[in-house]
Amino acid sequence: MAELTMIQAITDALRTELKTDENVLLFGEDVGANGGVFRATEGLHKEFGEERVFDTPLAESGIGGLAIGLALTGFRPIMEIQFFGFLFEVMDSVSGQIARMNFRTGGHFNAPITIRAPFGGGVATPEMHADSLEGLVASQPGLTVVIPSTPYDAKGLLISAIKSDDPVIFLEHMKLYRSFRQEVPEEEYSIPLGKADVKREGKDLTIVTYGAMVQESLKAAEALEKENYSVEVIDLRTIQPLDIETIIQSVEKTNRAIVVQEAQRQAGIAANVVAEITERAILSLEAPVMRVTAPDTVYPFAAGENTWLPNAKDIAAKAREVLTF
Amino acid sequence: MVAKKGNQYDPVKALQLIESQFDMVQILNEEGKIVDKDLDPKLPDEELVELMNRMVYTRILDQRSISLNRQGRLGFYAPTAGQEASQLASQYVLEKDDFILPGYRDVPQLLFHGWPLYMAFLWSRGHYAGSVIPDGLNIFPPQIIIGAQYVQAAGVGLGFKKKGQKSVVITYTGDGGTSQGDFYEGLNFAGAYKVPAIFVIQNNQYAISTHRDVQTAAKTLAQKGVAAGVPSVLVDGMDPLAVYVATRDARERAVNGDGPTLIETMCYRYGPHTMAGDDPTRYRTSDVDNEWEKRDPIVRFRTYLEAKGIWSKEQEEKVIERAKEEIKEAIKKADAQPKQKATDFMKIMYKGDMPFNLQEQLDAYAGKESN
Repeated sequence: MAELTMIQAITDALRTELKTDENVLLFGEDVGANGGVFRATEGLHKEFGEERVFDTPLAESGIGGLAIGLALTGFRPIMEIQFFGFLFEVMDSVSGQIARMNFRTGGHFNAPITIRAPFGGGVATPEMHADSLEGLVASQPGLTVVIPSTPYDAKGLLISAIKSDDPVIFLEHMKLYRSFRQEVPEEEYSIPLGKADVKREGKDLTIVTYGAMVQESLKAAEALEKENYSVEVIDLRTIQPLDIETIIQSVEKTNRAIVVQEAQRQAGIAANVVAEITERAILSLEAPVMRVTAPDTVYPFAAGENTWLPNAKDIAAKAREVLTF
Repeated sequence: MVAKKGNQYDPVKALQLIESQFDMVQILNEEGKIVDKDLDPKLPDEELVELMNRMVYTRILDQRSISLNRQGRLGFYAPTAGQEASQLASQYVLEKDDFILPGYRDVPQLLFHGWPLYMAFLWSRGHYAGSVIPDGLNIFPPQIIIGAQYVQAAGVGLGFKKKGQKSVVITYTGDGGTSQGDFYEGLNFAGAYKVPAIFVIQNNQYAISTHRDVQTAAKTLAQKGVAAGVPSVLVDGMDPLAVYVATRDARERAVNGDGPTLIETMCYRYGPHTMAGDDPTRYRTSDVDNEWEKRDPIVRFRTYLEAKGIWSKEQEEKVIERAKEEIKEAIKKADAQPKQKATDFMKIMYKGDMPFNLQEQLDAYAGKESN
């Protein structure tokens, strides 16, 4: 089994599905001969040709419309938004059109569209590249939103996203692209959408998180282990819909929880998780469920981002607060 | 050739040269006379009659829809009178497998492409059953977001091209729609990929209340195709023959692999923007209305067909009666549709494949509905 980085696992998933299903098309800005600005589509243009893997003019809304039209004619489009910060340019296509296609036509048309986009902080990008906008799309009924945190998960989840007959937004944290390698099977495999993964088992506290914060939470859990705390880390993997069962099961075992997200606090995914826990497991709780998030400001300019982003230290501190409540 | 004034480059002249290429094409004038014999499509009599049937039918449907709306028996309605030639002569060119991506005023084209009238009524009422498109019918429900259908048309066109299917996609927007980013993006994508698409701008002079001259400095809307490298034409949108010819030629180019066309149809809507409280007297004078009504598509086509001896008052009466009868039947059928339930919405969205928390919501609504 090959050891792959997350971006290699993503390329592998794309290649696998382009091979498996001739209706799969891959397009976006610079995804062709250039192989994408991060090389996520490296070699695919050459392997599958211009008919299947192609560049678009530089217009995100046009890319969204293209995906809709191709879906209406029987294709299975994978569209790339070069950076998820450019989502606003294609917001109508995503939330106004793609998400509603099935409902709007009473189930007659569907939108088997995968929307891939890099996002996330910590890699010193210009403005509007790093923002965590997953909450914005998670609030739109009709969209499934996936954020993998490991190479293995990335491949299996992306394959599920592409095979899904409904639209899936697949967000790739830029900091995780090349941060570590993992064994990834060469064959096709899928990880079900909507299922969380317990990345570390523990008895005293549950950390619910996703994306780049999974690694930070695992680091915090290790630090806490030295203090004799046993911490469970749940990686949501899909943030909409939430895997409520896995979260509740864990909280009923540990009786304490914190929720960690990279995004600013307001109206976030973490708030959804807290609401589900309090509605469904309040009698199991020994302490309030608390959050670790970025502050409620606009995403800062690059030189300030590490002050803004939550980290393992912040997570461990909040965990101690809940553990000693 | 570089446009010059004396020994200087002259951008004003360059623009004027382009704009001078967009004189309005007219074949049948206001008096019902053929004014351009070269362009006359010379349609067989039965086709001319069929086109007239459809325009008369649609005028009656418009009148009845307005009155049904006032009685509270229809919901959202965007009047169509004045635009019959623009809508129906363009649709007339299409083959069954061609795809229509309509704006919200484009219900008539959908009906003649095969959308059952009772479904259009259900759609107007805001019932989901109206937009459960029957299998094999290549239409999308009327688009509400101005311009969204333009980018989607580029995609449908690309899909046809990739499949090697000799079909076209046609999409419609209004004069206001040409100000949208999606208008340019859709046109540009279609041109760049050279897809079989027809983009129609129904220039009915007003985007709700805002006059077309406020939208743009461009002398014509058709010339907007030039920037995207898309062949474009301005036609008299109240002349069914001019609309027919422009769309026919666009379709032919499209299926021959020669890419998209942009057509501006110069027309007018006699009624309000929609029946939801728009009052045209706030932004138009009756003098302007009267001027446009002199160019009426049905009046001029009637004159033309009567002169040819292929149309009569009796024939027209027959179409009117048929329209009224079919409208009555369609309303009856729409009335018989069961009311919508919250559980319907959830079942459509999730097709029974629900995580337990959504099942909880479904069960809660099912409980309420059974009370």
